Amino acid sequence: MIAADFNYEAPATLDEAIALLQKYGDEAKILSGGHSLIPMMKLRFASPEHIIDINNIPGLSDIGIDGQTLKIGALTREAEVEHSAVLKEHFPIFGDVTKLIADPQVRNMGTIGGNLAHGDAANDHPAVMIALNASVVATGPEGVRSIPIDEFFLGFYMTALQPDEILTEIQIPMPAAGTGSAYHKLERKVGDYATAGVAVQLTLDGNGVCTYAGIGLTNVNPLPLRAERSEAALLGKTLTDEVIAEAAKYASEDCSPSADLRGDEEYKRAMVAVLVKRMIHKAAGRAVA
Amino acid sequence: MKQITVTVNGQAHSAEVEPRLLLVHLIRENLNMTGTHIGCDTSSCGACTILLNGKSVKSCTILAVQANGKSISTVEGLCAPGAPLNNLQEGFKENHGLHCGFCTPGIMMRATELLEMNPNPTEDEIRWGISGNLCRCTGYNNIVKAIQYASAKNRGVEPASTEPQFV
Repeated sequence: MIAADFNYEAPATLDEAIALLQKYGDEAKILSGGHSLIPMMKLRFASPEHIIDINNIPGLSDIGIDGQTLKIGALTREAEVEHSAVLKEHFPIFGDVTKLIADPQVRNMGTIGGNLAHGDAANDHPAVMIALNASVVATGPEGVRSIPIDEFFLGFYMTALQPDEILTEIQIPMPAAGTGSAYHKLERKVGDYATAGVAVQLTLDGNGVCTYAGIGLTNVNPLPLRAERSEAALLGKTLTDEVIAEAAKYASEDCSPSADLRGDEEYKRAMVAVLVKRMIHKAAGRAVA
Repeated sequence: MKQITVTVNGQAHSAEVEPRLLLVHLIRENLNMTGTHIGCDTSSCGACTILLNGKSVKSCTILAVQANGKSISTVEGLCAPGAPLNNLQEGFKENHGLHCGFCTPGIMMRATELLEMNPNPTEDEIRWGISGNLCRCTGYNNIVKAIQYASAKNRGVEPASTEPQFV
């Protein structure tokens, strides 16, 4: 399959890239890993007139801790996220999620920024970023602005990014002591979208009381969903089986899955409940480890 | 049209290409190297896997212009014509790691990077490692054995017997 013809630009700096976006407006699409965009172009679901390839722009793929903030460059490949020593130490959830994103070759190309900027509730990082309470940094002609993850996803393939902005960085608060995180998605086979996916980050104090709960859901809602009632059910509590069951029930009620080949609505709600329970246990186990 | 230069298996090639030309088509049709296959054309099957600057990628989902200035390795580069097979190729031959052979170039290129990053992978790591490659013939068992064979030989260890095991 061959994409419709387009003009290709590969700027060497962020300023040049933004100038091109200003020039071409919403006729332009950013190419990072390309493993969502190029398939859509080949299938002619998308026919952008201009492709701005940002892969030659240096400095967009660093992972590092700056004070109390973890910063991940938007152009960081999923494979780099998967094997990052910093992430392994502080955020085991990235080991969980990257292993389940597509396959090794796709992870060598696909980027964490692209996974978010694509604006697809079926992608895995949105739920993780909700659980971790991340912010997305957008760079545009006016400079840099930070967008809380809860304000980033606006609709199907729609995000808060303006046509002349580029997602350049993801910022995540460093976890307090006693924090654990975990992600799992149920998938029919490698490379499939989630039947359901759940990301959890928890902080437990010395008495085992939950002082932070972040829970994000993948592909069971038109937008990536924060399971707010589930989070509230955990806060200030010790995580007994009853408390966890209540949180799981709320998530299964509050999502809005659509029936497809992966299962009907009832099945997906049931799987959300199962995965919320399991990920709370897994995150809590990591919190005390 | 864009002017690009790529190095394929150590040799530089220049070409004038449409931006929408896929890398796999550059390799197969412009450079006439047909060892890299097109299977699904949707980044699912892995038959088009090549190494781009040493990383295994699916060349059906990369534009040729994205490879400008980069180094590419294809199955043709695993050993020179007439030269002895490399350890991975020998492993596939000795272990019957292919039937029809359509997926084999992609799997060997993927396994090349896998063994580069992890010289002594467990069976589970091999199976996860080739999870982006589909084979419709073998059931994968002999592909796993072929990669284990190459891993052993790369490390100077005697590979496991390739005789069929009857129990």
